[in-house]
Amino acid sequence: MVSKQLGTNETLTSFPDQSGHFGPYGGRFVSETLMAALDELTLAYDGLKTDSAFLAELGSDLEHYVGRASPLYLAQRLTDHAGGAKIWLKREDLNHTGAHKINNCIGQALLARHMGKPRIIAETGAGQHGVASATVAARFGLKCTVYMGSEDIQRQSLNVYRMKLLGAEVVPVTSGSRTLKDALNEAMRDWVTNVDDTHYIIGTVAGPHPYPMIVRDLQSVIGREARAQFARQHGGLPDAVMACVGGGSNAMGIFYPFLEDETVRLIGVEAAGDGIMTGRHAAPLTDGIVGVLHGNRTYLMQDQAGLISETHSVSAGLDYPGVGPEHAWLKDIERAEYVAVTDEEALGAFRQLNLLEGILPALESSHALAHAVEFAGTLRKDQNIIVNLSGRGDKDIPTMAKIDGISIG
Amino acid sequence: MGRLTSTIDAVQASAQKSLVAYIVAGDPHPDQTVDLMHALVAEGVDIIELGVPFTDPEAEGPVIQLAHERALVHQVTLTSVLAMVSTFRLEDAKTPVVLMGYLNPIEAMGYEAFAEQASLSGVDGLITVNLPPEEAGPLAIALQDKKIDPIYLLAPTTTDARAAAVCQASRGFVYYVSLKGTTGSGGLDIKAVCERVAHLKAQTTLPLFVGFGIKDGATAAPIAAVADGVVVGSAIVTLMGENQASPQALKLEVSELVRDIRTALNASNA
Ligand SMILES: Cc1ncc(COP(=O)(O)O)c(C=O)c1O
Repeated sequence: MVSKQLGTNETLTSFPDQSGHFGPYGGRFVSETLMAALDELTLAYDGLKTDSAFLAELGSDLEHYVGRASPLYLAQRLTDHAGGAKIWLKREDLNHTGAHKINNCIGQALLARHMGKPRIIAETGAGQHGVASATVAARFGLKCTVYMGSEDIQRQSLNVYRMKLLGAEVVPVTSGSRTLKDALNEAMRDWVTNVDDTHYIIGTVAGPHPYPMIVRDLQSVIGREARAQFARQHGGLPDAVMACVGGGSNAMGIFYPFLEDETVRLIGVEAAGDGIMTGRHAAPLTDGIVGVLHGNRTYLMQDQAGLISETHSVSAGLDYPGVGPEHAWLKDIERAEYVAVTDEEALGAFRQLNLLEGILPALESSHALAHAVEFAGTLRKDQNIIVNLSGRGDKDIPTMAKIDGISIG
Repeated sequence: MGRLTSTIDAVQASAQKSLVAYIVAGDPHPDQTVDLMHALVAEGVDIIELGVPFTDPEAEGPVIQLAHERALVHQVTLTSVLAMVSTFRLEDAKTPVVLMGYLNPIEAMGYEAFAEQASLSGVDGLITVNLPPEEAGPLAIALQDKKIDPIYLLAPTTTDARAAAVCQASRGFVYYVSLKGTTGSGGLDIKAVCERVAHLKAQTTLPLFVGFGIKDGATAAPIAAVADGVVVGSAIVTLMGENQASPQALKLEVSELVRDIRTALNASNA
């Protein structure tokens, strides 16, 4: 029982502690230059998170600009195909800009404005967080620079052009493995240099405290809506809630409001790439070692010497060697379970959702879908699974076409 | 008293300023590192700061990032860095060696195992770039057991209250990062740095060293006038990048740069 592992004044939702830890995970492992900025951010956020004017503005933008609430949709044909529990899709793909990332960006742009920072920076892998950041920068009149690994710039060229249309500067990162982790390093370097006028919008529940908390709180709108929608549309609670895990923000966002519902299984789906056994994957919770990277202690893909490994996933948004510290903690206390799905399985689910439901999912979200279909088959027909459909797959069409050997424009 | 403190004390007793040289272990090739360390000492370097290569050196500018990548090509790990220090110690029992790196390789080795092996190799101090004192408790205890000095950083953004805590936790010296930015950034405002250094020195009895942005005699001398020592990093590492093909040329160029800085320090302090 999970509650036995908690201290007297602790609940599953009372974390992180004052210093930003989720049990042994999280914390603040950054160079001294950033400590003051993190303190400033913590203070600003503490003041704003219960401020009614801030919450009203956030709520209004989420409704009128992002288009929330996103629907909770019963995928009947997918359910029939899986042959077990009902599969419900939380349609984050229908948000403005096409993914859950905007929920976080709207909130952090408001924070930046409140702190008087005229410039925002972001890292991006798939380009979704970059697009969402560039979008809110345009919406609020902020300057925006997005760091993106040169490898990812190749595979997500559509989103690169989109960010430029939105007025953002996209900086290719050619160091290290040239993917998301290196973009994060480069964004940190920018922030260290321009900390006076710049706010760094981290795109997931990783990074130093208070980021994992802020991003989780801002993404929790997903789970709050889903919980209420399920009660209204079906009644009661679902049996399981499922989401893909890259850094873990869409998963944390949908899990968090269900944490204290002990009957609800929370299942995170990592990217197994070519297969866990091959080592070519991006699944630190499934096959990683605890360490420190990007400001927090968590599970990481690393070698014996503590060097960070290169990861592999067909989906750029999951291609990250770390994972948010709250997931590391939820895994250890066994409140959430984590599994991994291969590229091939995810590609299968991608095609399947198109054919059975007329919905084009992001390759990231397709990982959660693949596991949901398999898992639903092991449950009874009167049981229910909610899957976070974290984004839409338009950005992945070039990748799919290439796999299919089709040349498009 | 450790080798670090006794060395700094001796430099101060001779009315000089400490010169610290930073190189990344294994850059440009592991076979050259120990030889370069001896060459640095021969040109008047008092303390060697040896960078431990890491895949994600998030506080470094492009010059030092590339040095980490060059070393990693040759599979240089924390274990091999410690072996280099042991080899250096066969001929030099006197010059303090401070490791500078990121926390994860130390976590992977284990704090106690690291402290033990570092101490056996002859390491005197440790700067862990991404480990502020708030998170450093367990490692600091392991280091203390083995008489290795933990050295923490102060930044232009550090408040007075934090500065007091950082100095409290540091041993050997404290390291003032003289600019907001990564290693190797340009445009040091020497006057502002000197003011800040004077302010910080009034708050601690530990020696205060300044690094980031010091690239030659002209930048080193005015800062050394107010600080207890200066750290030169990217300027040396730039030469590593430029002279990868020729170990001889590299040693000559590095020696010349360090000699110039040493001369400038001595002259301005004469
Ligand atoms: C659609 C979509 N889902 C999921 C992710 C993975 O991020 P996280 O695990 O933070 O939700 C991304 C990242 O780019 C994404 O674009």
